[in-house]
Amino acid sequence: MNQMIENLSPGLWALAWRRLRADRVAMVSLAVVLLFLLSVLLSATGLVAADWEDEVAVNYAPPGFVGPDPALAALARPSLPAPPNAFDPLASDLSELKTELARHGKTTQAVKASTLPFGADKWGHDIVKKTIKGGQTSIVVGLVAALVAVALGTLFGAVSGFYGGKVDDLFNWFYSIFTSIPSILMILTVAAVLQTRGVLTIVLILGLTGWTGPYRLIRAEYIKHKAREYVMAADAIGASGWRRMFSHILPNVSHVALVQMSILVVGFIKAEVILSFLGFGVPVGVVSWGSMLNEAQNELILGKWWQLAAAASAMALLVTAFSLFADALRDALDPKLK
Amino acid sequence: MFAYILRRLWQMLPTMAGVVVLVFLLFNWVGGDPSYLLAGKMADAQAIANIRTQLGLDQPWYVQLGIFVRQILTFDFGNAWSTGEPVAHILSTRLGPSLTVLVPLTILETLIGIALALAIAFVRGSLTDRLVMVACTVGMSISILVYIIVFQYGLAYKLGLFPVQGWGDHFLENLLRYATLPILIGLTVSVAPTLRLFRSFVLDEVGQDYVRTARAKGLSERRIVWVHVLRNAAIPIITYVMANLPALLIGAFLLERFFGIPGIGREVILAVERSDFPVIKAITVYVAAATMVFNLLADLMYQAVDPRVQLK
Repeated sequence: MNQMIENLSPGLWALAWRRLRADRVAMVSLAVVLLFLLSVLLSATGLVAADWEDEVAVNYAPPGFVGPDPALAALARPSLPAPPNAFDPLASDLSELKTELARHGKTTQAVKASTLPFGADKWGHDIVKKTIKGGQTSIVVGLVAALVAVALGTLFGAVSGFYGGKVDDLFNWFYSIFTSIPSILMILTVAAVLQTRGVLTIVLILGLTGWTGPYRLIRAEYIKHKAREYVMAADAIGASGWRRMFSHILPNVSHVALVQMSILVVGFIKAEVILSFLGFGVPVGVVSWGSMLNEAQNELILGKWWQLAAAASAMALLVTAFSLFADALRDALDPKLK
Repeated sequence: MFAYILRRLWQMLPTMAGVVVLVFLLFNWVGGDPSYLLAGKMADAQAIANIRTQLGLDQPWYVQLGIFVRQILTFDFGNAWSTGEPVAHILSTRLGPSLTVLVPLTILETLIGIALALAIAFVRGSLTDRLVMVACTVGMSISILVYIIVFQYGLAYKLGLFPVQGWGDHFLENLLRYATLPILIGLTVSVAPTLRLFRSFVLDEVGQDYVRTARAKGLSERRIVWVHVLRNAAIPIITYVMANLPALLIGAFLLERFFGIPGIGREVILAVERSDFPVIKAITVYVAAATMVFNLLADLMYQAVDPRVQLK
């Protein structure tokens, strides 16, 4: 019996995994993507970067490898007690108050760092932590929005491809409407109409406008699969339409949905960054890579390039890894496309 | 041919109607009542009622939809809410600057994309090919925002090679002085995805029988690629370029915003910022119409490129 199971031919997913494992680029990019996801998980649970809003350094503290800015370092030193001012009648009272407060030990006049590993922003926030926190927002938005878009596209594509006829005409009409409006215009229009700014709003905007790509491909797959023998067999034993659609056909086309999703995540992360940059994305107080780029744009003129570099390279690294992985995944799941 | 065009235009009607209804629903139903937005913070009931009458919001929905359709057909969307400028005037004056950037950008992008794709297809599978593809993926992963910020800062602000931003009154001045850096950035951003796509179009062709035949009769590799393959790869390339033109009109909004170019894209951003609904509605509807017309134009161009194509 065991012998027989071992001799079974491996399934689609096992084969795809075997192909992926042999692809060194794919494995490296997968590792990078997983690393980013881990940082999202850690920052979402508050284990990492929860204190990114602490002003741990002087304003615009440069990165450690640049060295402290002499002008800023002077500010960082704890100020010496000023010489008693003859013209200030309250000076003695003030110093008395200060010593009183100091005795209670509640004043945590921490020495602010003059440099940080990757510098600090306008308020002295640690850029590394801020980038992790910003990444959390951007990646979560990208993932959830892609999930929404693929779920919608799969549902519409399944119904449309499986039933055909009038239903198909209806969904194709929707498709032609949504594709005749360029996606970026559609996104901006919906952003204009929905006056509320929030993470959920962007997810909805991206998800509700992004279903057309998955729809087209999933519909084509359903048209191809619905006439196959296994579906007819399911029909013969009395499986309902929905059962055939979602428990018989869906597992066989789910690789298409997965590839589409990995492509959409990349697009949506880029879109979120642009939306947040313009101020149509995440609300004030939430940090994302887009809002970091927005701040960094003005900092660059002052010569403070590190926030721009951090947000831009974190995003570029993730998107590169994700795109390379998506390409490899597509090749692994559908080798004849190559 | 004429019958074909007529039929295609006829087939566009349901889609166009859908776009109109979608935009109508978005702004009149999802968006809620804009009169509170318009009346400002110190609105009294009378002022709001006046605005509602003015916008036709006190009418039943089918009358409002009728007003919207009439606005679209007569190109008369009234005045922009924020500036009072007629919407038709906004559209007609913003189109020129947008095209000044987009037309040269599209032409250069397509030519460079084709040349590079054919050159890469020559050496497909080699190390050069793989390195170029990886470079494309990396190049595409950097946000367009970063390209714009860094190029504007480095080339315009630091080195002073280009004006940091601005726009003049003369076409040549705009094209040669103000539009140069935006076009350069646009090219940097778009060459990578274009090259990847065009390469796949070319690779679809190089395995075909006619390529083997051409090789068998002793044609030079150069002639095969530049004459035989290019003509066949032209069809998907035309589809891509034509279908993307209207989207590009909006897609260049970041360039227009950063460089102070008074184009359509920047107008969309301003309108979204100011909740200027008439402007957004007008642009959305007309861009959708333009997309459909350009798709038709692309189909008509097929026949010019490839006599085997029969338009039915």
